[in-house]
Amino acid sequence: MTLADPRLAASTHGPFTPSVFHVVGRAQEAPDVVTLALESAEGRPLPFKPGQFNMLTAFGVGEVPISISSRPGHGPLMHTIREVGAVTRALCRAALGSPLGVRGPFGTDWGLDDFAQSDAVVVAGGIGLAPLRGAVQALLDRAGLPMGPRRVVVLVGARTPDQLIFKRDLEDWSRRGQVAVTVDMAEEGWEGNVGVVTHLVDQAAFDPNRAMALVCGPEVMMRFAIQALIERGVLPTSIRLRVSLERNMQCGTGLCGHCQLGPYILCKSGPVVTYPQASRLLTEAEL
Amino acid sequence: MMSAGVVIGPDELEQLVKALLARGYRALGPVVRDGAIILGEVEGTAELPKGWQDNQAPGSYSLNQTGSHNLFDWAVGPQSVKAEVFPPRSTIWTAKPPGYVVEEVPDEAAPVAVIGARPCDLAGLDVLGRALVNGSAADPTFQRRSGGAFLVVAECTHPANTCFCVSMGTGPGASHGFDVRLTELPGAGTEDPRYLALAGTRQGRELLDGLPGRPAQPADEAERVNLLARAASRMGRSVDNAGLPELLARNLSNPRWDDVAERCLACGNCTAVCPTCFCANFEDTTDLQGTVRRQRTWASCSDLAHSYVHGGPVRSSIKSRYRQWATHKFSWWWDQFGTSGCIGCGRCITWCPAGIDITEEIAALRASDGAASTTKGAGER
Repeated sequence: MTLADPRLAASTHGPFTPSVFHVVGRAQEAPDVVTLALESAEGRPLPFKPGQFNMLTAFGVGEVPISISSRPGHGPLMHTIREVGAVTRALCRAALGSPLGVRGPFGTDWGLDDFAQSDAVVVAGGIGLAPLRGAVQALLDRAGLPMGPRRVVVLVGARTPDQLIFKRDLEDWSRRGQVAVTVDMAEEGWEGNVGVVTHLVDQAAFDPNRAMALVCGPEVMMRFAIQALIERGVLPTSIRLRVSLERNMQCGTGLCGHCQLGPYILCKSGPVVTYPQASRLLTEAEL
Repeated sequence: MMSAGVVIGPDELEQLVKALLARGYRALGPVVRDGAIILGEVEGTAELPKGWQDNQAPGSYSLNQTGSHNLFDWAVGPQSVKAEVFPPRSTIWTAKPPGYVVEEVPDEAAPVAVIGARPCDLAGLDVLGRALVNGSAADPTFQRRSGGAFLVVAECTHPANTCFCVSMGTGPGASHGFDVRLTELPGAGTEDPRYLALAGTRQGRELLDGLPGRPAQPADEAERVNLLARAASRMGRSVDNAGLPELLARNLSNPRWDDVAERCLACGNCTAVCPTCFCANFEDTTDLQGTVRRQRTWASCSDLAHSYVHGGPVRSSIKSRYRQWATHKFSWWWDQFGTSGCIGCGRCITWCPAGIDITEEIAALRASDGAASTTKGAGER
């Protein structure tokens, strides 16, 4: 598949009107997490960058923002969805061949062009690994190249071993980079790390002076992970520390007002923001 | 496109409305309904609120009839022009099973002419437009309706006790943004008023050129200036905007938010009457044939559901929701749209069932600036 001409995706539709895509693949990642592979009914690819999201419609149920979990230019568009409400439940249960509405892509991306000669440190909690999957794959492909990172470190936390998503990817990545996984609560047969993802930051092998960190997960996890990264010596600058935030989003185009977060309209200024942008927003309750 | 003004009487004003109707506009004007002056469809000037005055205070609104022949002796009603350009409920698209081919539902409303919009309403349209037409997307309904609207503004000579447009720089006069500007020059007692009329656009000029009227004299303009100066001096309230965006941003933990939260009912009236609140929900309904209809409806940050993400609402306390509304209007709006989100119409004060007065809340925050440490350090737990 070649990289799409962005003009091909230009829609004659208004900003709130989805295009129809069909489910061409589905994989159960965890008991309540499914990855859907989608293809445009009109044969129109959807160019995007890792970190961006789409608005997905389960017809008759509603529309929700879901980050893109695939890698640009490599196979079908993928979304990894956790079942947390009516719409995500319908999406998770969408059968092969069923039509879904797709609008997007929206929002900022991880900015992977800045990673030359860096130590890329990716920290994810739970479903927060989904918007990072495409970024990790792209970083690993570029690792060691002049414009790519020097090394790639992937640190993943999940509540239980059962809840760990992208297990096959994690195995693949561990052969090409440094991968560490931890769970909050172990189950029988788990021989890996137990504890919060913060501990993985303390133990990971990277040079803080070269580190560029990407963080996504529950807000409390991000706060502690960032704290640990800063304590390791990662500079809390906009270039070195980026996070992906979540708010209610209903339009993706900055027009519905739901994703207000202080000065930001997060569907446009985010979801990926720099740490200096996010630091106060992460500590102020109910903002 | 400004031309010299003309002075017209009530008969010519009637002709002006008829001329707009003849051009295919749906004419909306202030009408008295259910004890309030609202925007309603009019066929001439007979429906306009002749002799009516409004009395507004925090949580209070009433009308009284004075017997005068003036049409604009009132300030603002609960409705702004917002509902005409940003409908409270609209259908965006429909899709039929099983294939769900999505069909857009075009907005087909006839263009609207608003008779007697207020200068603050014009400012409201401008502020709303900055939110609904942004660099990467535009609301098609707003663009179509606001672009096609014909605006006859009536400058404000009777501000309410709740008004503070002078401090927001949005009134009581209007300098731009209208097709035709009217200033009602009141008649004494039960004499008919006259109207100093000025075109602001080519369409406005064409309309006025078709009306008999005498050219405005310096004395007419002087009377207008006096009326506006008197209106400005009778403004009931004000907001000190100096450094206000920064002041609010550093007072997110000010105890005043707890105080106002004790009074706020989170009913959403302030957002419903606000000319610039633009939040919207997108919701799907399905009929018995399975046809899906996606609708856009007004939303309110007062609602618990407004900030819902999986696991629950981000703003679960009323305090955080009132704070969101106030800080968005007077602080974050500047970051997002380069202007204040408030146009000083005072509707949120009048129509708050608890009588919460945003100007009083802002003054209290200013008086207690720094009462609590608010900017927590990076990574503080």
